[in-house]
Amino acid sequence: MSKTYFTEDHEWIRVEGTVATVGITQFAQEQLGDLVFVDLPKVGKVLTKGGASVVVESVKAASDVYAPVDGEITEVNGTLAGDPAIVNGSPEADGWLWKMNLANPAQLEGLMDEAAYLKMVG
Amino acid sequence: MSVVEIRELPLKLLHEKAGARFGAFAGWNMPITYPLGVLKEHVQTRTKAGLFDISHMQLFEMKGANVDAAVASCCPIDPSLIEINESKYTFLLNENAGIIDDLIVTRYAADRFIIVSNASRASVDETHFQAAANANGCTLKALERVFLAIQGPSAFAAAVATGLNVDGMTFMHGRELEGDIIVTRSGYTGEDGFEIAVPLEAGMALAEKLLAHDDVEWIALAARDSLRLEAGLCLYGNDLDETTTPVEASLIWAIPKSIRENGTFFGAEAFRKALKNGASRKRVGLKPEGRMPVRNGTPVTDAEGNTVGIITSGGFGPSVNHPVAMGYINKAALEAKNELFATVRDTKIPLVISPLPFTPHTYVKG
Repeated sequence: MSKTYFTEDHEWIRVEGTVATVGITQFAQEQLGDLVFVDLPKVGKVLTKGGASVVVESVKAASDVYAPVDGEITEVNGTLAGDPAIVNGSPEADGWLWKMNLANPAQLEGLMDEAAYLKMVG
Repeated sequence: MSVVEIRELPLKLLHEKAGARFGAFAGWNMPITYPLGVLKEHVQTRTKAGLFDISHMQLFEMKGANVDAAVASCCPIDPSLIEINESKYTFLLNENAGIIDDLIVTRYAADRFIIVSNASRASVDETHFQAAANANGCTLKALERVFLAIQGPSAFAAAVATGLNVDGMTFMHGRELEGDIIVTRSGYTGEDGFEIAVPLEAGMALAEKLLAHDDVEWIALAARDSLRLEAGLCLYGNDLDETTTPVEASLIWAIPKSIRENGTFFGAEAFRKALKNGASRKRVGLKPEGRMPVRNGTPVTDAEGNTVGIITSGGFGPSVNHPVAMGYINKAALEAKNELFATVRDTKIPLVISPLPFTPHTYVKG
């Protein structure tokens, strides 16, 4: 049973046990436009909640994606290196960015559920 | 502190209706993207046709019996070589031969030129043009127009379908049409196309007629930027500024030989000195290896990490499908054929000097 949380910076984090998958929301990909490059981090990188973790690049600009919670990267979505457009086509499923373990699961309590997030982006 | 007034395009409502996202550029509230998005807008222009609202750019009319002398006094060109309906790319230079602006001038009569200025430089340019006009008994008028560009392989068909008589026109030539319309076969995307200036009240109808063509979509500023970068064209403020001479900018092709030697334009003395001494840095095309774009402002280094230049325009080229950039590299590094690198977020990316343009121009030449 998984549960998905959302941040004010338009990331989603889907938690299954102690492992979480992170990506950007449909709203975020619409704002960014077509991606041409995803600068994937290395497995083992230690992330701090709110720290820049991945950079996604559109034709016109580079944008940071922030870590929703503390933890360590356990896997990155390597298919994005060859086809960053997957993020645009499927931001909340096939276009996931990285998987991480949770150093401090209590941080999830401060995030939004889907209903609250959708309300925020209107 | 000065209050900066943001100006609105005459066709703002049309852009809103098209779903444009707006942002400030050169003092104007401009469409940055439409719902199509910058990538598809770019490709649309290269494969079909794009319609650009360039009304932020300023047209000036300079008129008088001595107009040739007025133009020759401020721009490094030879007006006697410019035929009626012929356009030239040129500059306004300062006393150090730094580029105040890059311009398109078109002669429409023995005594009349139309000049197109960049939006960000229009008021500075006007001061210089006015002084040149005054000194030569000419008049200068800033024209209020809706100014549209139609660019791409279908641009000609779209212009014809709109009822514009553009038959027989070639690249860098203009024509005046009934209804106070000025059309030139030119643009800033590397594609064939036209720039069309019409009175304000005729703007909406022209835009709607052009859009009615199946192959035409609105294209906004973000794609205009990636298109001009792939085409190797300079953006004033990024690639050109008042500290940069045409010699450094690799733009002396725009200055006729006779004018390089004997021209009396403002900044001529400094220009000749710069030409004689050679530039200490040169604008070149740069292709970053791999897929990661290198943005403007990124320093360029040699293998040892010494800074030898800077990226002035950089992004991703959707048509060439790789990152593209332009920048200034020190003469010594160019002559030594040093390996060049840019560092983006801890990744050292090799840069290869590339001939410009990245995508071939498709101008229809005479």
